[in-house]
Amino acid sequence: MLLHKSDIDKIAWLARLAIAEHDVSNYTRDLSNILDLVEQMDQVETGEIEAMAHPLEIPARLRPDEITENNQKDHFQQVAPAVKNGHYLVPKVIE
Amino acid sequence: MEWETVIGLEIHAQLATRSKIFSGAATVYGAEANVQACAVDLGLPGVLPVLNAKVVEMAIRFGLAVNAEIPSRSVFARKNYFYPDLPKGYQISQYEHPIVSKGRIDIKLEDGSTKTIGITRAHLEEDAGKSVHEGFGNFTGIDLNRAGTPLIEIVSEPDMRSAKEAVAYMKKIHSIVRYLEICDGNMQEGSFRCDANVSIRPKGQKEFGTRSELKNLNSFKFVELAINHEVERQIDILESGGKVIQETRLYDPNKNETRSMRSKEEANDYRYFPDPDLLPVEIDKETIERIRSTLPELPDAKKQRFMDEYRLSEYDSEILTANKDMAAYFEKAIQSADGEAKLCANWIMGDLSAVLNRENRDIMESPVTPEMLGGLILRIKDNTISSKIAKEIFEAMWDGEGDAGTIIEKKGLRQVTDAGAIEKLVDEVIVESPAQVEQYQNSTPEKQGKLIGYFVGQIMKKSQGKANPEQVNELLINKLKTD
Repeated sequence: MLLHKSDIDKIAWLARLAIAEHDVSNYTRDLSNILDLVEQMDQVETGEIEAMAHPLEIPARLRPDEITENNQKDHFQQVAPAVKNGHYLVPKVIE
Repeated sequence: MEWETVIGLEIHAQLATRSKIFSGAATVYGAEANVQACAVDLGLPGVLPVLNAKVVEMAIRFGLAVNAEIPSRSVFARKNYFYPDLPKGYQISQYEHPIVSKGRIDIKLEDGSTKTIGITRAHLEEDAGKSVHEGFGNFTGIDLNRAGTPLIEIVSEPDMRSAKEAVAYMKKIHSIVRYLEICDGNMQEGSFRCDANVSIRPKGQKEFGTRSELKNLNSFKFVELAINHEVERQIDILESGGKVIQETRLYDPNKNETRSMRSKEEANDYRYFPDPDLLPVEIDKETIERIRSTLPELPDAKKQRFMDEYRLSEYDSEILTANKDMAAYFEKAIQSADGEAKLCANWIMGDLSAVLNRENRDIMESPVTPEMLGGLILRIKDNTISSKIAKEIFEAMWDGEGDAGTIIEKKGLRQVTDAGAIEKLVDEVIVESPAQVEQYQNSTPEKQGKLIGYFVGQIMKKSQGKANPEQVNELLINKLKTD
């Protein structure tokens, strides 16, 4: 499956990756090759097979509705780049 | 041209658990910023989400209450987008395999008819954190206490045809989640909120028009205002030859208008895929039946029972059962009022609701308990007091002056039913009002009916409202007869 430069730009944007202009052609080729590899699956008859949500054949284990985590705010905020009045700070987000 | 409105709602109801959907952090509203955000909620490396059993049970309760199928298997998926209050860069939600599939509920329309609204699905997801844009200078403050709070998103079919129908549907869902005790329904705190998909089409056309999605509708009133406003906007566009664009619009209650949130960056591409951190949830038939057996009586069933058991009108029953607490209050009051259902209903929907609204209080916090109201109604029924005096006593009970019996004795409000005493008052008034007596006696019976009000008024005044009005009427009519 051949990707275009615009596909690469879009994927990079969605993933918030800054890709250098001169690398775009490499990414276009590499990602197209990966998709070609996966495309081989299209030759297999899968009409009767249910899509797999998880490779493990076991159902989820649930936990009881109990509060088990206590307040570790100060501990967590030690590694945050910027905090104020208990809030994590990020560059201003304008809606 | 005549236009038809088409509306579908997406309701987010916060599930009333103690801990979060995928972590053991608390969910208490209004806590100091970030004290209820643990490593899982913060999306720190190496953590694993573990699903809260209560959340699954609550979702099943909801599904059963709206006559929905509960699939035996449901899967969590990642919805990918970047926003600072979503630390992982994705929201854990459900996509292809929601926990609740197709269901339906009935709503009551204004003309009294019933309409069935389809529910497409209901799925579980985690809430995001909160961004605070004021008070941090050039920064935005992030509070992640809400991150990971369990939500059930209830998606309706595009079955509603007016803002009023949308509100009726939303109120019904609100009533159901509160009956089920899976959501506190508090709209001010954001525990119950909705987005509306709105489009219009020429009446009679089968295909839907292009829709816009209205966000930020956190009250029943705003839902109605925002939808009506949006319909007007779309009609204006189409009638002036334009085209509606599919977009997300934000409702601004201060200006009563919607504005576009669309930007190139915001073009939705969520790239859902199954979350590899979470295994599929399997729900067996026994679990479903066990949960079904714990369901409470729901609003529709309760309404029907109120009509059958208490002989109330459909209108009264609808109002009394819309709120679970009001229905419980009513049934308690009846027990203390010797089965006087209609009087109890009138007092609860009238005087009690009025004062609760005025003071913005919940019926559970009413200083007049159902037992006290029942006691008051008994005193009306056995003629100890008139309905008029009862209102005075009700106010006194509200102000904490005790129960009806205490207030009647303390204030001497007992109704005068002694025929001799009433006759004395009637005679006095007749003697004092010769002109009115003459006018009365020279009038047609029809006019007399109106004129008698004057005499009754004077007598009630003399008795300070305590004379039994029926007795006064009867005596007066006899005494004023001319023959």
